[in-house]
Amino acid sequence: MSVDPTAPLISAKRLVKRFGDFVAVDGIDVEVRRGESFGFLGPNGAGKSSTMRMIGCVSPISEGTLRIFGLDPATDGKQIRARIGVVPQMDQLDDQLSVEDNMILYGRYFDIPRAECKRRASELLEFVQLSDRAKSKIEPLSGGLKRRVTIARSLISEPELLLLDEPTTGLDPQARHVLWDRLYRLKQRGVTLVLTTHYMDEAEQLCDRLVVMDQGKIVAIGSPRQLIQEHSPREVLELRYPAGTNDERASEVHGIGHRHEVLPDRVLIYTDDGESALAEVNARGSQPESALVRRSSLEDVFLRLTGRSLVD
Amino acid sequence: MSTPATIRAWESHFTLYRTIWKSSMLGAVVQPLLFLAGMGLGVGALIDRGDNSERLLDGLTYFEFLAPGLLATTAMMVCSNEAMWPVMGGFKWMRGFHAQAGSPLSPGQVSGGLTLWHATKALISVTGVAAVLALFAETRSFGLLLAIPFGTLTGVAFAAPLTAWSASRERENSFPAINRFIIMPLFLFGGAFYPVSQLPDSMESIAKVTPLWHGVELCRGAVHGRLGVGQAVVHVAVLAGLALIGWLAARITFARKLAA
Repeated sequence: MSVDPTAPLISAKRLVKRFGDFVAVDGIDVEVRRGESFGFLGPNGAGKSSTMRMIGCVSPISEGTLRIFGLDPATDGKQIRARIGVVPQMDQLDDQLSVEDNMILYGRYFDIPRAECKRRASELLEFVQLSDRAKSKIEPLSGGLKRRVTIARSLISEPELLLLDEPTTGLDPQARHVLWDRLYRLKQRGVTLVLTTHYMDEAEQLCDRLVVMDQGKIVAIGSPRQLIQEHSPREVLELRYPAGTNDERASEVHGIGHRHEVLPDRVLIYTDDGESALAEVNARGSQPESALVRRSSLEDVFLRLTGRSLVD
Repeated sequence: MSTPATIRAWESHFTLYRTIWKSSMLGAVVQPLLFLAGMGLGVGALIDRGDNSERLLDGLTYFEFLAPGLLATTAMMVCSNEAMWPVMGGFKWMRGFHAQAGSPLSPGQVSGGLTLWHATKALISVTGVAAVLALFAETRSFGLLLAIPFGTLTGVAFAAPLTAWSASRERENSFPAINRFIIMPLFLFGGAFYPVSQLPDSMESIAKVTPLWHGVELCRGAVHGRLGVGQAVVHVAVLAGLALIGWLAARITFARKLAA
């Protein structure tokens, strides 16, 4: 069977996942092209992981169609899984085994000969800068190091498509940057990346295109830049007032910029020019405890689209 | 050259075992040895002095009676524990089964690899006990070689249904109760330490339908060369039936958990 190389790597139409009466994924349409880095952005419970598990061919779809590499997970799950690397939300490493053994035994699931697993493991551990830990047990490693082992392990089958479910959740900033750097290099090598995240900065750093998901549905799709341009003015002025007074103080800044948003801890003013908006706030005599001008981000897009902030 | 998928799933369990085999083996062999010494020599001395002990034990000394049964009890102990916490861990803690299911392995191959591993673990432990029994003149016989597969089968007859059960649970809270209310009573009343004919009639009939009793009878009969073919077929059929039902049930519970 020949497969069109320009065809989408993943194609989902009206894709639904139900667990009993609960609809986790509610009719989404997604196309991921070869070589791109594609993100699912959304809060916990948006349906990102369920989508990933269907794409990973472990969770059967409830409705709609799903094709990966042009193949149907219902009939060709095994062949598809052989070409996919998986970085699950929770590490699935065996604590009592060494880093190297974890990688070798995982490679064996793909029927890669032991000696070849060993060769690839040492190459991949170099790639994630863990060569010196090859013989170390998993148990004492930090969360960031375990994550790097998991990523190295997912690559042992030389996958064309890498699925990363919240790759950096729970990691400190430095560990996140190391991971982002490695994922960027993978993308440069031509590996298609599909990831879920609830971090805006992660999506902006890593994704060529992304969809914003909320309650099982896709609420927006595009590149990070497009989404920001479409759904949010260029700059955001963040004002902090004494705790509990945001609602009344917000009236003082009414009409400044395109619109404003009152959050529990801040008042946001969306504007094309943050500095002049701040000047007007000051001119009106409204004195916030602190003020900050920043570029608008995906977080603002999410807030705009759903009326809720992204991270709980 | 490609390796069958079930074997590849099995390899992960064996890889882990290779790092802990010494302590694991020691545990599997030392416990039966303690029973052999404590009961076989101590209690045995008392029993063998009794007037009709020869008749009750079918012409065997107590040591001869007790020792082969330990092949079956060891398999039961080792396999039942292997089929509880480690199975829960594969889904919930280390999540190794999820890792396997994300690879080309199917849920059926994941559970098949585990059942094959349980058989391996039973074989290793039973062989260890058999090696110990070979040290004693009373139990040194070619029948030990036959008792090894019988003991292994006993282990799988426990491991497979328990694996199916463990895979259907979200929490491990039933495991201590299984040990206390199923495994321990079987150990005490399954015919390993005295003929079940010594039990009141109602308990005797219960004992005779438990898998351990069939395993003990097989191992004892094999070691002392007094196993009738008809009997052997019945015992093996019961154990193999349990193993088969357990294996099929585990395929279902694994698929439910891994392919939700």
